[in-house]
Amino acid sequence: MTKPKVATTSLAGCFGCHMSVLDIDDRILKLIELVDFDKSPVDDIKEFTGRCLVGIVEGGCANEENVRVLQDFRKHCDILISLGDCAIMGGIPAMRNTISLQECLDEAYKNGPTVHNPSGKIPNDPEIPLLLDKVYPCHEVVKIDYHLPGCPPLADTIWQALVALLNDKPMDLPYELVKYD
Amino acid sequence: MSETYNFTIDGKEITGRPGQTILQAADEAGVYIPRLCAHKELCAHGSCRVCTVMVNGRPQSACTQPAGAGMVVENETPKLLGMRKQLIDMLFVEGNHFCMFCEKSGNCELQGLAYRFGIMAPQHPYMFQKKDVDASHPDIYIDQNRCIVCARCVRASHDVDGKSAFGFVGRGIHKKIAFNAEHNLSETKLAATDMAAGICPVGAIIKKRVGFAIPVGQRKYDTKPIGSDIEKR
Repeated sequence: MTKPKVATTSLAGCFGCHMSVLDIDDRILKLIELVDFDKSPVDDIKEFTGRCLVGIVEGGCANEENVRVLQDFRKHCDILISLGDCAIMGGIPAMRNTISLQECLDEAYKNGPTVHNPSGKIPNDPEIPLLLDKVYPCHEVVKIDYHLPGCPPLADTIWQALVALLNDKPMDLPYELVKYD
Repeated sequence: MSETYNFTIDGKEITGRPGQTILQAADEAGVYIPRLCAHKELCAHGSCRVCTVMVNGRPQSACTQPAGAGMVVENETPKLLGMRKQLIDMLFVEGNHFCMFCEKSGNCELQGLAYRFGIMAPQHPYMFQKKDVDASHPDIYIDQNRCIVCARCVRASHDVDGKSAFGFVGRGIHKKIAFNAEHNLSETKLAATDMAAGICPVGAIIKKRVGFAIPVGQRKYDTKPIGSDIEKR
């Protein structure tokens, strides 16, 4: 019997949620008995090799590359999970959302107190993904099936959610495991 | 000497005293009705509508509606829960609530209600409106990003502290807290020891140099849902 596959990615996040995935400690040995990892920073597979049961997305969408990856995840995964506050509400990157993109770039590359940029140019290479006007939560870009809030979500939260999904059980998380910080 | 009377909440017999609101009588009887703007030491405001219950089939805010003999009150119904979730949802998307770095997180009543109702993510699109922060006062700062315009600070400052440091300006979505001063908060008479400085249900009014004083796991709503203290009675 082939094992179901899990894919993970970090969009506009800090990798803290992935750290929390690793924080399930020795249960990771049980996890790899239950599933295979596909596209994920955990095994460094860069592109999808096939259909996945679960896709775990950390971070919101701050640029066009984030949107492409997120749409790719939606295409390849049966169940998509927004993991953490950034995926759910934009998080720290979304603090720029009340300020215009031009103002943000000017502050970062021209006017900021620690900026040294004699040319005064704002990076605009075709290789650099274009920034979106603001940072979007994942569920405002594609359909998301489950949300696991937290900054980061507790390892127990992630573990219990995955075990429920893999065993086809309802995801009834206890009160202590759903926190926004 | 006062005469009591009976009414029911979700079928449970409640004894009320004259002059009590539904919320007050329910609190005494150990029945929790969710609320945000209501505070037991302040007069009722009836603005957040989270405490809305069905009274004899009609929606009423429990914090303003006097309890009466024979009333049939519905509180924990799927319909009311759905409505309360919507209200909390809208407050989350209307402000900029960054729980991950808010000093109030874990002790925040808005967050506490979201936890109690099992909200995993808002259903409405985030508005990300630009709001002001006033840190001019030596002991207190005000972050309008987190304000839910419940008027607790307005009432406390006016009715209890006798300073009227706060008021509202604007209407609808533009309504916000304003200060009774020419320019900023430091010009008001507000002091950190005032009731108004400590009564904010969210992290909009924060005392400086306190920070994240209580460790994660020991905060008010870390392990027990908001309202557990009332339900224990």
